[in-house]
Amino acid sequence: MITATNLSKAYKGVEVLNIAHLDIPPGQSFGLVGNNGAGKTTFFSLLLDLIQPTTGNIFNHEITVSQSEAWKPFTASFIDESFLIGYLTPEEYFYFVGELRGENKADIDTYLAQFEDFFHDEILGRRKYLRDLSKGNQKKVGIVAAFIGSPKVVILDEPFANLDPTTQIRLKKIIKELTEKRETTVLVSSHDLIHVTEVCERIVVLDKGHLVKDIKTSEATLKELESYFSQDVNVGEPQEL
Amino acid sequence: MFKRFLWLEYKSFFRSASLGKSLGLKVLLIFLAIYFSAAFLMFGIGLYPLIQKFFPGEDPLQLVNRFVLLWLVFELGMRFMLQTLPVLDIKPLLNLPVGRRKAVNYVLVKAMYSFFNFLPLFIVIPFGIFCIYKGQYNTWGILGWMLAMLAITQCVNFLNFIIKKKFTENLKALIPAILVVLAFAALEYFEIFEISFWFGKMMDFLVAHPYLVIVPIAIFLALFKWNQINLERKFYLDAGLKQKQKDADTRDFVWTKKFGGIAPFLQLDLKLIWRNKRPKTTIYMSFILLAYGFFFYTNDVYQEFEAFYVFAGIFMTGIFMMNFGQFVPAWDASYYSMIMAQNIPLKQYLASKAGLITFSIVVLGILTTPYVYFGWNILLINVVAALYNIGVNVPILLYAGSFNKKRIDLDKSPFMNYQGAGAAQWLVGLPLMILPVFFFWLFQTFINFEAALIILAVLGIIGILLRSSLLNFIAGAYQKRKYAMINGFKQSGE
Repeated sequence: MITATNLSKAYKGVEVLNIAHLDIPPGQSFGLVGNNGAGKTTFFSLLLDLIQPTTGNIFNHEITVSQSEAWKPFTASFIDESFLIGYLTPEEYFYFVGELRGENKADIDTYLAQFEDFFHDEILGRRKYLRDLSKGNQKKVGIVAAFIGSPKVVILDEPFANLDPTTQIRLKKIIKELTEKRETTVLVSSHDLIHVTEVCERIVVLDKGHLVKDIKTSEATLKELESYFSQDVNVGEPQEL
Repeated sequence: MFKRFLWLEYKSFFRSASLGKSLGLKVLLIFLAIYFSAAFLMFGIGLYPLIQKFFPGEDPLQLVNRFVLLWLVFELGMRFMLQTLPVLDIKPLLNLPVGRRKAVNYVLVKAMYSFFNFLPLFIVIPFGIFCIYKGQYNTWGILGWMLAMLAITQCVNFLNFIIKKKFTENLKALIPAILVVLAFAALEYFEIFEISFWFGKMMDFLVAHPYLVIVPIAIFLALFKWNQINLERKFYLDAGLKQKQKDADTRDFVWTKKFGGIAPFLQLDLKLIWRNKRPKTTIYMSFILLAYGFFFYTNDVYQEFEAFYVFAGIFMTGIFMMNFGQFVPAWDASYYSMIMAQNIPLKQYLASKAGLITFSIVVLGILTTPYVYFGWNILLINVVAALYNIGVNVPILLYAGSFNKKRIDLDKSPFMNYQGAGAAQWLVGLPLMILPVFFFWLFQTFINFEAALIILAVLGIIGILLRSSLLNFIAGAYQKRKYAMINGFKQSGE
């Protein structure tokens, strides 16, 4: 259960996020969409306590994230490359994250075995450091590492961007399987409306920091989103912050 | 086009995240430049009269010429260490309609205006003027000599450029050249073949036949061309990447497992040090600076004032502590948000750093034991200094780290790279060394040597006993500054 109350974030007086109330029940696959600068990454950063809220709080399973570190053991995330350690090989990185989440080397090896086709033979056993991998492959490593140790909450920022089509499809499958058991809350943000509607059972649209739509995904959702986003095509996009 | 490049550079300087620091550095460099210019100018003006006074029989110009080669070798060495080559971020230019030749020429022409190229002129010009007015040389000859010196300075400049650009990736290619230089140096030393003398003779000959100045100018142009071709070949995206495709080193440091909870972090730190240029040099530096003791202990002046030995002891056993500890969270800057979002209790993270630094102090402490040769008091002082470092200085440094928010790019070489060095870091370095010296001095003057030793040891032991609660306190400080640190570490650039 993730709850945001009265949550806002402002930089130098300019408000970039303002959410009066948002509840995300456990086990939900939650999608966040919006144009550049809508506040998606800001929301995730607040949820991970990487930035401080101007007002309000976020609770992750009843823990105020900015006041206690107790949410860390069951929360995993991949936001951007700053979540990777460039001078480790992918294996070492997985083992490291595994150790932090209480899994031993053998656990990780079995865990990684199921991602063999996801990695497409380009990541494991290549004797390369993460910093020498391509952007797409780096992303794969970050995403797979975020699923290590069965976390209760997984946060992925733009997981589909930069991935090749095959991997996108595989990733969607992985996320769906994960949320089927209703034990893991997955939060995903994306610019790709098709992917989000396929993966998420609930979609929230942010616009300039405000929550403008909260949809339970159905057949009609994609149409609804497309028409929403095409209405202000002529208005011009706000700048990424 | 040159104007545009200058404009880009100007913007990047004034809009960088750490403008204040860069400005401070520039001011410092300008002061140094003024100081050296003045020193060289004085030397240049004084050179002719001085030679006449101290070497009355000699011809001043011929005497100077004999030292030209020596100076050039020295200058090349200094340039190699100190001169920063102009850089141009070519990536954004590759897909723009900017001529390759133009961008390369910009870099090269800019290099010609380096301060290092003007420095010798402060000697050459006044000395030349003296020669014209006081000596019995042909004016044209002296003018030719001055021009030749200017050209030779530029030759050294571009030779340095070539060495730095072409050979730093492959230092082995330089070995033949170094061997030749060493061979000539040896011949010179044993007075078999004095190349500097013959070089001087050549310069004398040039004074007699000033038109020969075209020779150094031709060499200068050839070097310019060589640089141009070399740089143009590098004008590709992957040119800089080539050497990176090395096989990853997959050493595991399994033995760290013994350390329980902090093992994963300890492993990570060891890999950090082992696999990245800059932290790796802190290790080499630590071993090299162990020799610092010879400087102190062989000098009788310090025998009188033992507090200086405390300084040496703190310095030698703590050099890794200072070099590495000073930048503690900044080493992890490029993935600091991950460290903050992952299941990593801050205290354990800090405990691992403290453990690593403590280990280094113990190792360096053991390595300083041979200095017992210079006296038992030195051994005792070093042991106490190590204790003090472990107990007191380690927590102080870690605490100071919470004010650290300047990112370090791990790949950059540390030579003339001030990245991550801010005012707070330098301030913290002083109390680390001065405080124990002061305590020692105080107790030695008013009680005795033993009491002074005991007070430092006691302070160290108290610190070690309190380490756990100190770490809790420091973790709190890191927690408080967390957002500022995450934000600061995200800012890349100079």
